[in-house]
Amino acid sequence: MADSLQQQRHIPSVLDDSAPFQLRGASLTLLTLKLVAPDDPQFFPGLAAMLGQAPGFYRNAPIVLDLSPLVRARPIDLAAFCVRLRGLGLLPVGFQGATVEWEQAAEAAGLSAFPAGRATDQASVRPRGAPLAKPAAARVVSQPVRSGQQIYAPQGDLIVTAPVSPGAELLADGHIHVYGKLRGRALAGMGGDATARIFCKALHADLVSIAGIYLVSEQIDQKFTGKAVQIRLDGEKLVVEALG
Amino acid sequence: MAKIIVVTSGKGGVGKTTTSAAIATGLALRGQKTVVIDFDVGLRNIDLIMGCERRVVFDFINVINGDAKLHQALIKDKRVENLFVLPTSQTRDKDALSQDGVERVLGELSQDFDYIVCDSPAGIERGAFLAMYFADAAVVVSNPEVSSVRDADRMIGLMASKSRKAEQGASIEMHLLLTRYDPERVEKGEMLRVEDVQEILALPLLGIVPECPSVLQASNVGMPVVLDDKSLAGKAYAGTVARLMGEDVEVVVPRLGKRGLLDRLLRRSA
Repeated sequence: MADSLQQQRHIPSVLDDSAPFQLRGASLTLLTLKLVAPDDPQFFPGLAAMLGQAPGFYRNAPIVLDLSPLVRARPIDLAAFCVRLRGLGLLPVGFQGATVEWEQAAEAAGLSAFPAGRATDQASVRPRGAPLAKPAAARVVSQPVRSGQQIYAPQGDLIVTAPVSPGAELLADGHIHVYGKLRGRALAGMGGDATARIFCKALHADLVSIAGIYLVSEQIDQKFTGKAVQIRLDGEKLVVEALG
Repeated sequence: MAKIIVVTSGKGGVGKTTTSAAIATGLALRGQKTVVIDFDVGLRNIDLIMGCERRVVFDFINVINGDAKLHQALIKDKRVENLFVLPTSQTRDKDALSQDGVERVLGELSQDFDYIVCDSPAGIERGAFLAMYFADAAVVVSNPEVSSVRDADRMIGLMASKSRKAEQGASIEMHLLLTRYDPERVEKGEMLRVEDVQEILALPLLGIVPECPSVLQASNVGMPVVLDDKSLAGKAYAGTVARLMGEDVEVVVPRLGKRGLLDRLLRRSA
């Protein structure tokens, strides 16, 4: 049935040798140019010197820009960058290992995305087409958290946009944010994450804890009572800091 | 279909039964066919406050167990038209309440009545749970002091998570009623201010009932205090009932008079 439809509409099959074109997959070896510091003034002089050692080999060579070392850098003007590469006789055709921002810059420069090869740093780059490794979604609570209620955000942050009553308990493996009065208890970094923090608009907590280290209300300097604060772990000690 | 209202608090002694009786009577006075049910099995009280303790033959538990028909257990009030009391058993305990039985009785009453007022026992155990489980609306009674506010908060949390409405993804309509409010002690800082309580409980304020000798006098003679329309508490409950029925009546915050008497009431909106 599917075959006869294709025949009727003259859609060339990928297996049809008489078609005016053939679409096939191919596995090609390309040069990649790993951009460690593209804005280094020595970048182009150094590259030119290296290419000069084997001019015939690199002339009009298609290359793929490996952007994986730049995941934390701000995108540069890749169009202008590619013009300078062409000036050296290279033909930039694609890129790989890009973050979303770099991807936009590269596509603006007319480069196409290549799947990250085995040579790239897998940890820092997402595979093409796969979703970003998503942290556990934050749990958002917009109702008041009442006495005796316990709310836990496993593997993620807990965001409460309502007041928290005395006798309530907030637990999160990540950070805890309370955009209301924080009374009751707040325990962040339950899974042992010492970088977790607690943020609140008005501190009235009975107890705060990060990664198992805690302070009860009477150990917290009274000057922070009712104030917007963040609480973080500094070594083995909880630090309360005013916000804003 | 009747509207089911639970009067609850968590803490004991805050005025749940007084409030249940007053609200049920107030609704009936406004022409609504109303029944008040005592969920405090083993500590039967509402019949005393309503002044019908001598007329109890069958009770709520008898009906749940199928030992009596509903109409045999319902006691018609002698003063107010449209008002009925479903008393509970003094000799049984809360385990005599079954969820199916309560649902069946409430379902049967719903056919006939406009309002069903459930007088919850104190605590958060079975009796209190079943009193609130089927409710459409809740009157959360609290005194202006910390432990009663804390317990009310707990009860609100339970209603928001464990009631049938919550299980269906809806929510019980909740109101805050402050009782035993003593302006003199509030002024001295011995009691919480209205704003303090509201800030913690974050519920709309249904009314403020002042501490008033008329409440005790009324219970002693078995008369719902709302019938004492001269008393401050009676007036406060009348306003409470009006607001519960959706009327736009201002909440009166009791204030101290110049001579330290409750002779002056300042009006302000809640």
